[in-house]
Amino acid sequence: MASVAHGPTSTARWRPGGARFSAGTLFDVANYVFLAALTLATLYPFWETLVVSFMPAIEAARPGFKLWPYQFTGEPYRIATSSQLMLWGYMNTVFRTVMGTLLSIFLGFCTAYPLARRQLPYRNLFTIYFLIPMFFAGGLIPNYLLILNLGLIDTRWALILPLAIKTYYVLIMRNFIMTIPDSLEESAEIDGATFFQIMMRIIIPLSVPAMATIGLWVAVLHWNEWFLALIYTRSEEKTVLQLVLQRVLIQEDETAMAALDEVMGQDAILPESIRAATVMLSIGPIILVYPFVQKYFVKGILIGSLKG
Amino acid sequence: MADRRGTTATGVLTAGALRRRRVRRYRGLLILLAPAVLWFLVFEYYPMYGAVVAFKDYRILDGILASPWAGLDHFEKLFNSARFWAILRNTMMISLYKLVFGFPAPILLALLLNEVQRMAFKRTVQTISYLPHFISWVVIGGIVRDLLSPTHGVINFALGLVGIEPINFLIQPELFRGIVVVSNIWKEVGWGSIIYLAAISGIDPQLYEAAVMDGAGRLRQAVSITLPSIMGVVVILLILRIGNTMDAGFDEIFNLYNPVVYSTGDIIDTYVYRVGLEQFDYSYSTAIGLFKNVVGLALLVGANLFVRRVSEHGIW
Repeated sequence: MASVAHGPTSTARWRPGGARFSAGTLFDVANYVFLAALTLATLYPFWETLVVSFMPAIEAARPGFKLWPYQFTGEPYRIATSSQLMLWGYMNTVFRTVMGTLLSIFLGFCTAYPLARRQLPYRNLFTIYFLIPMFFAGGLIPNYLLILNLGLIDTRWALILPLAIKTYYVLIMRNFIMTIPDSLEESAEIDGATFFQIMMRIIIPLSVPAMATIGLWVAVLHWNEWFLALIYTRSEEKTVLQLVLQRVLIQEDETAMAALDEVMGQDAILPESIRAATVMLSIGPIILVYPFVQKYFVKGILIGSLKG
Repeated sequence: MADRRGTTATGVLTAGALRRRRVRRYRGLLILLAPAVLWFLVFEYYPMYGAVVAFKDYRILDGILASPWAGLDHFEKLFNSARFWAILRNTMMISLYKLVFGFPAPILLALLLNEVQRMAFKRTVQTISYLPHFISWVVIGGIVRDLLSPTHGVINFALGLVGIEPINFLIQPELFRGIVVVSNIWKEVGWGSIIYLAAISGIDPQLYEAAVMDGAGRLRQAVSITLPSIMGVVVILLILRIGNTMDAGFDEIFNLYNPVVYSTGDIIDTYVYRVGLEQFDYSYSTAIGLFKNVVGLALLVGANLFVRRVSEHGIW
């Protein structure tokens, strides 16, 4: 399993030699070129955004590939960070990401551990109870009415509680806990350990990798989530980063497009460089952390694919 | 005869007593499970009950229970509306394009990555190709708009080099579905390949060694060993994908579309959102959403049944 990201072992592939070598080499060259092009195509938009975010507005509005900021300025970041909306967005996003992740890990473990134990009374019944919502849901309006009836409209909890448990994540954690051998628990029980002690001293420490993976997924989910914020929050103090971005990138752009049709009203368009700085401020943390935690993200997929 | 403590005269436990004893012994597990049971009741099962507003004329002051019944009125209105058939068609078409072009893409990428012998190169390609998966559609939508911009986008700049006039891509109804599918592949192809690469790495190397002995080239090995070996995973993901046909990608489309491209790009989810939360027609919106969920479930069950009929794979 651990070698997955590194592909098959070298013995798995025997390089064809002699006369067939040339066709193979041609394929290899084409393959490397294609994959390199794909990688560049993935990277370029992010690179351009980064470059533009350091450009003066006039420079940024010019058409063409932007590979390097020949006139370097920090002005876009100064403007982007001085906006009150951006500050609120940042604070609320950090709040929901931290709280939401802790809550999801806590509830996820509380759900996954009992489901992983064969001794759980009515285990099949509970499993079905948790599985049904994976296949059928009430829909947008019933969810909205629920939040309305709970009095959670325009609260930060409306962005956290509905995402507290995800069946898929619970199943991944359950599959992971099921790989902990029963014998560990049994021998602790024989030594007189209580249920609580077994959980705290054996199960939880061994489940940390699964919790870390789920925690990362949930953190990214909260960091990137915008729809719940769009429908459940009203006041600007409750806004989140992605919603600010949406106003800057998407809605602004539509007014811009409509304006283009009419009078070429350039004033309505927020300068490219400031929009780029806003984007970098929001995806920066993810891009900075990502290379170091990438393998944990991948691990979750692999645990999840072991079974169902 | 069982006494109060659940033992028969001969001292054997009755079934009920056994169960009670098990519940008592493992009550810790049950206590742990309680918050999740409650959460599912409130956040999953209550909204399922709330879907009855599709059969009512929901009035906010009356609440769900007291609002008057409307029977199948909303569904009748739905099936008689040309708008509904248009968004259903858009949803199905975008899903179909995503299935035809988007589904094989990560499989192909995994096969190509599997042919790479330089591990450093392979890891770099993988790491970078997973990255867009972790960026929200709000940001990706903004990036796509920038790339396609008629004034400063690089796509139009490149087209300009070969003498093509700038195209305002995002207001062309006939291009919209293509843009949605291509951006979706761009964002998800790397991440989607992980599971296939995992399946490939689980293949027994002896199979390849034997194939080489028999004179099989690399293409032959890919087609005759690698592909069949990962077919189980492919089929499971295909079933899940078919079950998701009714989800054409709300996040993506909401962040890319505009009224000019509604004719090809408006899907069920975006329509449900506008009807419900912009026009506040709660009951009608719920009816459309309910229709979507029921059809989605039927597609999933149907796809699974079909696959199980023709092969040994399946998700249950």
